[in-house]
Amino acid sequence: MSQLADSPWEAVIGLEVHAQLLTKSKMFCSCRADYLGLPPNSNTCPVCLGLPGALPVINEEGIRLTLRTALALNCEIPEFTKFDRKNYFYPDLPKGYQISQYDLPLSLNGWLEFELEGHVVRGGITRVHLEEDTGTLHHAGEIQNSAFSLVDLNRAGVPLMEIVGEPDLRSAAEARAYLAALRQLLIYIGVNDGNMDEGSLRCDANISLRPVGADALGVKVEIKNMNSFRSVLRALEYELGRQREVLDEGGKLSQETRGWSELEQRTVSQRSKEEAQEYRYFPEPDLPPLLISRAQVEEVRSGLPELPAARRERFQRHYGLADDQALLVTARPADSEYFEAVVALGVTPQLAANWQLGELQGLCNSASLPIEECRVSPAALADLLKMVQSQEVTGKVAKEVLATAFETGESAAEMVRSQGLGQVSDVEEISAMVDQALARNAKAAADYQAGNDRALQSLVGAVMGMSKGRAKAGIVQQLLRERLPRPGD
Amino acid sequence: MSLLEEPIRELSRRLRDREFSAVELTQEALARAEELDPALGAFLRVTPELALAAAAAADRRLREDPSSAPILCGIPVAYKDVICTKGVETTAGSQILHGFVPPYSATVVDRLSALGVVPLGKLNCDEFAMGSSNENSSYQLTRNPWDPERVAGGSSGGSAVAVAARLACATLGSDTGGSIRLPASFSGVVGAKPTYGRVSRYGLIAFASSLDQIGPLAKTVEDAALVLTAIAGQDPHDSTSVMAPIDGFLGELRNGVKGLRLGIPREYLEVGLDPGVREVFEQSVKTLEGLGAVTQEVSLPTTEYALAAYYVIAPAEVSSNLARMDGVRFGPGFPGATTLKDAYEQARHNGFGAEVRRRVILGTYALSSGYYDAYYLRAQKVRTLVAQDFDRAFAEVDAIISPTAPTAAFKVGERTADPLAMYATDILTLPANLAGISGVSVPAGFANGLPVGLQILGPYLGEATCFRVGQSLEGEAAVWNRLPPLAVAAK
Repeated sequence: MSQLADSPWEAVIGLEVHAQLLTKSKMFCSCRADYLGLPPNSNTCPVCLGLPGALPVINEEGIRLTLRTALALNCEIPEFTKFDRKNYFYPDLPKGYQISQYDLPLSLNGWLEFELEGHVVRGGITRVHLEEDTGTLHHAGEIQNSAFSLVDLNRAGVPLMEIVGEPDLRSAAEARAYLAALRQLLIYIGVNDGNMDEGSLRCDANISLRPVGADALGVKVEIKNMNSFRSVLRALEYELGRQREVLDEGGKLSQETRGWSELEQRTVSQRSKEEAQEYRYFPEPDLPPLLISRAQVEEVRSGLPELPAARRERFQRHYGLADDQALLVTARPADSEYFEAVVALGVTPQLAANWQLGELQGLCNSASLPIEECRVSPAALADLLKMVQSQEVTGKVAKEVLATAFETGESAAEMVRSQGLGQVSDVEEISAMVDQALARNAKAAADYQAGNDRALQSLVGAVMGMSKGRAKAGIVQQLLRERLPRPGD
Repeated sequence: MSLLEEPIRELSRRLRDREFSAVELTQEALARAEELDPALGAFLRVTPELALAAAAAADRRLREDPSSAPILCGIPVAYKDVICTKGVETTAGSQILHGFVPPYSATVVDRLSALGVVPLGKLNCDEFAMGSSNENSSYQLTRNPWDPERVAGGSSGGSAVAVAARLACATLGSDTGGSIRLPASFSGVVGAKPTYGRVSRYGLIAFASSLDQIGPLAKTVEDAALVLTAIAGQDPHDSTSVMAPIDGFLGELRNGVKGLRLGIPREYLEVGLDPGVREVFEQSVKTLEGLGAVTQEVSLPTTEYALAAYYVIAPAEVSSNLARMDGVRFGPGFPGATTLKDAYEQARHNGFGAEVRRRVILGTYALSSGYYDAYYLRAQKVRTLVAQDFDRAFAEVDAIISPTAPTAAFKVGERTADPLAMYATDILTLPANLAGISGVSVPAGFANGLPVGLQILGPYLGEATCFRVGQSLEGEAAVWNRLPPLAVAAK
């Protein structure tokens, strides 16, 4: 809120999020929905090329995934819905219209709860509807002065869900948190991969200021081209500052569309209200209206998985995890599935969470691997952690073999066994090492007996070194104290 | 007498009996087209190699298993140029699709090909099927074989004339407001507009998606029923196509009209019928009554608003359907354009004819914000009322009969200067498109030497009844086998 600190203005922000659905095929034809990496215009057919005479056919999986999203966002599902044509000319839109939904969307009136700085915030959802994605253009240089542009229609017709949020967000940080929670939800319910870099998840914002306490809305500016959480935060912060400056100086804002320039770190005017498009929506005559039966709605509802907030709450309650650990271990479905698999094999929840979020996540991060794709399976981690639990291996050794297992895919527990890395708790064996250590470190022994506690630690270290970290630390300490009695002991 | 004067069932029997081969039949059709079509202008392009290859394949099939070969195997047909044919240029009569070779075929073409028909080529039509006379084709004029100074009717003019002049055994056309029935009436052939959803539109270059239907044109009612039986049925590629029985088209064909209740819409006789047309109609009514049909007057009170509603809805859909014609992926494009706006303007200005541009502009206007409610929405309400008119009428009668058009074929150029006069040509046919019901035009007689058709409208999925009435009239009127002067070959 720093942009509006000490000002009479309040931010009013609503997000429009576009999410490509994880269907096998495109929305209205049988071409693949996963178009990335294919040669230009190879993932096309008469329908998505918009050839004369071709007709769309609804992909039912697209409808199902949209209903799933709508229900996860607490939306109402009307019984009657239809597709409409949104007409405009652009070379990435082969039919000259986009099949979308206008006045009777698949769902409306929902909400999303998310956390920000320890508070639960509720953002309204105006509607969730379904449309088709456009193709992509590749300009020769900058768009303004490029000699030509190449059209690739591999993406044209990919199912695209639009999630329109109410103007309920009051700061850039709230907008960012809303988007993060929405992204997490979409990934949880398996409808979208959450990839903002590659554009499978996109976000536009409507943003305005109004006097604190006012009900009426101010002049709205639409911000486009924000391709990451960071740019959403930066763009909205910038825009709040810009709008405040205009209003503080007694100026007037104009309703317009502005684009976020990553390079200049500012928003740039793209289109004014006067230049607004006339889309001439009308019902798509090639597709009959859809009747969504209550049975279908209930079927989709009963298939919904546990949602992120519920899972977080369960992990705190059932596994006794702290807030922040529960948050991290439920960040993605794969994270929480990994955790639960480890725990199911007999590892205490706390130990499992510590190791998954600490050692293993660290290794994954440095290798840029999601945990579910790393070479340490939940079973392999559980085997190792059970040895830690029963003190068959020290934490130090366990970390080392885990790092090796992460690289090679070998079993960490098996390494401990076959390489004799297990913890040494045999008193005679340790006793011999203690004797050696005392012989080599007479000064430290004397210092300790003279009252320097730190000297004992260096002696422990020496023994541990000799045992390659395998000696059980408690026994080492106990033996050292017995050998080096101090007055008053 | 040419083989092409024979009805399909007879030709099929003779092919099976090896009296002649499909290749010989095709060669005769190609020879007739070569000799007669320069004066008629029915074909935009003839495809002899494809035709002869298909004929040879049909001959193999007829030879190997004559009893199970489909009845249409080896029968020469041709397609209106709004129907996509894989590998064969398809222009919809427009310059903007000049050179467009579809990489796929329409479902109707695939279905007929699978049965072994012989495709002779592509037939002229008004640009994007918009017109009532074929004068809006950007390539050529199709002339009426009964009088070359007169129009063939539109928009499926080429399809009607190819049958009338016996250049093809049957053809496919498309009907959005009368575009099959009107040229059928003007040229003296049978033309059937099926119920909306009967025939797949996949591969039909759209004019107005909610009104378009593909249908057959043929010499006889039975031939039309045979072809419709072959192309009808639900298609997974067209979500507006419907699943419904089709066996009645042929199964009920000869059931006669005894006891059948036929409605005569009062409003259809008040549209300024040409006296000759009225006379033929009255004769047809007497004929059908003589065969035992019971006629009665019915009322379709919304008729006077149907034309206006049609000319809002159809152009609205046109303005959207034709947006893909942007010069980017097909057509002559926009050589020398320097901006995107220039490119679109150039491609569409050069590519579209005057009538198409007029309708794009009309439709764009009707859908614009501020006008949508007053035009598009209101027209849709009228459309509902038109459909309700028919529902009420069909509660009382089995079919409705009327002239197909207020006049017989008019002179070339007579109506081109007055779009509203041209639009009024369709006044008796377009209500059926608004309501989505079935309709057939059957040759009923002549007025001043020009053919006049009887329109038979049936309820939703009521094609069988239309054919049944048509078949009864055909047997009595004895006009189907009269050859037009321009169909007489020297060779």
